[in-house]
Amino acid sequence: MAGDLIDPAGAAAPGPEAGKVEVSDGPRRYAQDMVSNGSTSGSRSTTGSARVKRGLAEMLKGGVIMDVVTAEQARIAEDAGACAVMALERVPADIRRDGGVARMSDPEMIEGIQSAVRIPVMAKARIGHFVEAQILEALGVDFVDESEVLTPADEAHHIDKFGFTVPFVCGATNLGEALRRVSEGAAMIRSKGEAGTGNIVEAVRHLRSILGDIRRLTQADSAELFEWAKRLQAPLPLVQEVAETGRFPVPIFCAGGIATPADAALAMQLGAEAVFVGSGIFKSTDPAPRARAIVEATTHFRDPHVLAKVSRGLGAPMTGIGIDELIPEQRFADRGW
Amino acid sequence: MSARCVGVLALQGAFSAHAETLAGLGVSCREVRTPKDLSGVEAIVIPGGESSTMSQLLESSGLLQPLSERLHAGMPALGTCAGMILLAAEIVDGRDDQVSLSVLDIVVRRNAYGRQVDSFEAGIDTVVGPFRGVFIRAPRIVSTGPGVEVLGRLGDEPVLVRGGNVLAASFHPELSGDARLHRLFLESAGLEGFAGEEAPVARLRGES
Repeated sequence: MAGDLIDPAGAAAPGPEAGKVEVSDGPRRYAQDMVSNGSTSGSRSTTGSARVKRGLAEMLKGGVIMDVVTAEQARIAEDAGACAVMALERVPADIRRDGGVARMSDPEMIEGIQSAVRIPVMAKARIGHFVEAQILEALGVDFVDESEVLTPADEAHHIDKFGFTVPFVCGATNLGEALRRVSEGAAMIRSKGEAGTGNIVEAVRHLRSILGDIRRLTQADSAELFEWAKRLQAPLPLVQEVAETGRFPVPIFCAGGIATPADAALAMQLGAEAVFVGSGIFKSTDPAPRARAIVEATTHFRDPHVLAKVSRGLGAPMTGIGIDELIPEQRFADRGW
Repeated sequence: MSARCVGVLALQGAFSAHAETLAGLGVSCREVRTPKDLSGVEAIVIPGGESSTMSQLLESSGLLQPLSERLHAGMPALGTCAGMILLAAEIVDGRDDQVSLSVLDIVVRRNAYGRQVDSFEAGIDTVVGPFRGVFIRAPRIVSTGPGVEVLGRLGDEPVLVRGGNVLAASFHPELSGDARLHRLFLESAGLEGFAGEEAPVARLRGES
């Protein structure tokens, strides 16, 4: 939850906020976007503000976002209680198996899924491929995932996400990477994990790294924050904001390797605010009950009795891959800069 | 679990923002996920989120019946966005299996303002004065029954209504950093100055 979202509107304080901002263009735009609270009555309506973008991320909290490749799967996901679906042509496990270049999905396929369900529909664009993102925005997808699961289109730059009305989610492996994505306009951060492996270990590593560093930042004194910003390679104002508020500016979700209800609850207990399940559902032997069980586990993540109940008799989860079995080129989490 | 407090339905959605807003007013609140969480709860907030997801979890958690009974017995409620949909007497464009708590005599249309790219914030006029309304894939109040007061409008359209002990908004007061409507809810519920006996839910992030 963003601290700015709970400050009194009247005290939106362009003063203090503006005072914090004197570095590069990214953070300045970030801050300007966030202080648009302004006057209330009679002001015209605004789409695509940081508050509106992050607002949808707030609505997805406590929920499960499921990867689907057909309208039929999307309906199964919605029936199972998914709070959103990610429309894509191949789930990460298949992208891994097939190799080659993985791109944005066919618009026709995305539209088919949009018309099949009422819950939000997300879709993936390649890292740095802002034209794929423009196309996804034109299709009216609800969230764009600038995703390392697809083959990167740019090896130095991510998309400038402030230029869009549609909100973006980006993956991160550590706090610096997460803050760089926020400085580019991301409205939600997810762990990268290692998608398509059915192995939660990398997602746990990423969540622990991000959330652990947030906790450590709150203990740093003001001089140490300069060094933190340098080490994290993240904009100083964002580092200071996290240190001050003790929280990340946008919601943090878990993605990459969730295959069971217990995996989802583990991510939530570690501090993720919702979960993405990619290959884990539709690569299992019996997707619908598994999907429902993961939804239950995400809501009742602190209740081992519920977790025991919903984990029963779900059939085989996806087989999964040990991270050591991957050669470096097969590791999606290393993509992104 | 029996201390007096305000409950925030925490099955899915923007519950943490509501809990923080209430905590900021010094109110004790509790996340409600199971029937036993309801004991001692004097009023309930039903947040935004996905109404179909919450519907399903209301049934599977066994909360639907006890919550419905408490609401029909007069427990005060604040519903925002999807929460308003769940409280409404009639839902247009919802799923066939969507549950309705049916304690507020209004007809609402789900996702009536369009997709996320059409989501917006705008100034609205309310009984507490001008307010910044944040509308996320918002429902529209199609009509209101007798006995339902309109307390806020976006242009000519009702966006904030009250019927009996139920206050409902098609927008998200928990996201605008302005606690006046939460205060109004507590006042309407007779819980003004109420600061129960449990420690407030201070910060939810990272807490486990």
